[in-house]
Amino acid sequence: MQTHPKKLLVVIGESALEKFLVRDIKQFGALGYTIADVRGGGGSGEREAAWEGDRSIRMEVVCDEAIADKIAAHILATYAKNFSLSLFFNDVSVVRREKF
Amino acid sequence: MDPVVLFFLLGVVAKLAKSDLKLPEALYETLSIYLLLAIGLKGGVELAKHPILTIAPQAFAAIAMGATLPLLAYPVLRFVGKLSNVDSAAIAAHYGSVSVVTFAVGLAFVLKRGVAYEEYMPLFVALMEVPGIVVGIVLARMLAKRELPDSSDSPGDVRLGGSTETRMGASNGTRWRMLAHEIFLGKSVVLLVGGLLIGWFAGPQGIDPMRGLFFDLFKGVLALFLLEMGLVAAGRVADLKRAGPFLIVFGVAAPMAFSVIGATVGYAVGLSLGGTTLLAILAASASYIAAPAALRIALPEANPSLSIGVALGITFPFNLTFGIPLYFEIAKRLHA
Repeated sequence: MQTHPKKLLVVIGESALEKFLVRDIKQFGALGYTIADVRGGGGSGEREAAWEGDRSIRMEVVCDEAIADKIAAHILATYAKNFSLSLFFNDVSVVRREKF
Repeated sequence: MDPVVLFFLLGVVAKLAKSDLKLPEALYETLSIYLLLAIGLKGGVELAKHPILTIAPQAFAAIAMGATLPLLAYPVLRFVGKLSNVDSAAIAAHYGSVSVVTFAVGLAFVLKRGVAYEEYMPLFVALMEVPGIVVGIVLARMLAKRELPDSSDSPGDVRLGGSTETRMGASNGTRWRMLAHEIFLGKSVVLLVGGLLIGWFAGPQGIDPMRGLFFDLFKGVLALFLLEMGLVAAGRVADLKRAGPFLIVFGVAAPMAFSVIGATVGYAVGLSLGGTTLLAILAASASYIAAPAALRIALPEANPSLSIGVALGITFPFNLTFGIPLYFEIAKRLHA
């Protein structure tokens, strides 16, 4: 099957950021995203999703490498100082290039 | 002690003993929606029976009190506790706003003793959610400007396409539109106000078929919710170890001082013994749903583990166990 290389950008952070992240990635030209509620822990402690202020999300965005880079740089510069965040990239292959 | 508080203590013990007890997130959300709606409906049904002119001065006093409490808390946090400007303002905002669940337990307390109260009191819960949060945010912004004259260099100040909309933080501009949305359309305000309006519009006859669900089951649902809140509150203990002794003392002293203000205001505007107790409880309580959500966006520099740690880890359990009976005694003294 014919596939096309793209970047998968994964952002894990506080759910308070969800609205902002969705708005930001659209402004940078990403065409879609997937969000899941998650739990976890790390350098800034544990987040167990036990109540409203303790919830975290994982956002996945598949897009061109240049756009993924810009989104990641923006997220780091804007939110990383004050919010618990994890970011990473992955190489993925997509079937329908125009969707991403 | 009311049995509902024992459910809370069960949650605390289970968490501290590292039990695997956990309520599903969807159940927590459902119970929380139920409680907010039920409290709103209860108040709304009663609202229809009273002339607006009786309630208006009391409502105004409740709003004014909600806006004033952060102004009293801030200097103590800032100058006695030596906390930063944003942390002081954020904690002050939590104490200006109210905890609906603490109010619900107060309601159960008053009902159990058969003390008369103004049954439209849930209106004041809805009215007191927002002013304290707004005052806390304004305080942080006003005082941050004075402390940080050149805040445009802060790393949080990233512009996107020349828009100032993406900037976050108290010292470099808050996005008021998104923030106003968060504050006024947060779930607790929507459900409380929605419940009040539905109850007011439908009246006692209209709500009667739903009485079994929303009124009769109320206390059982509250008990279940408090079990979960015990788990959550005990989970904040680690935050408090980091916060130090000042905040622990503040978490007990502030509600006691504010309850005296609440009781005095309640008595002054002519509330009954039950109403005075409930207003004292509202003044003493600290928000843990509406305030954290709004402040995370408005003042991202503030450390949420401090404000939530003290509001949920100290003040909430204190109010449930010792505070509510104490505030009832204060109200009784005033009415004696």
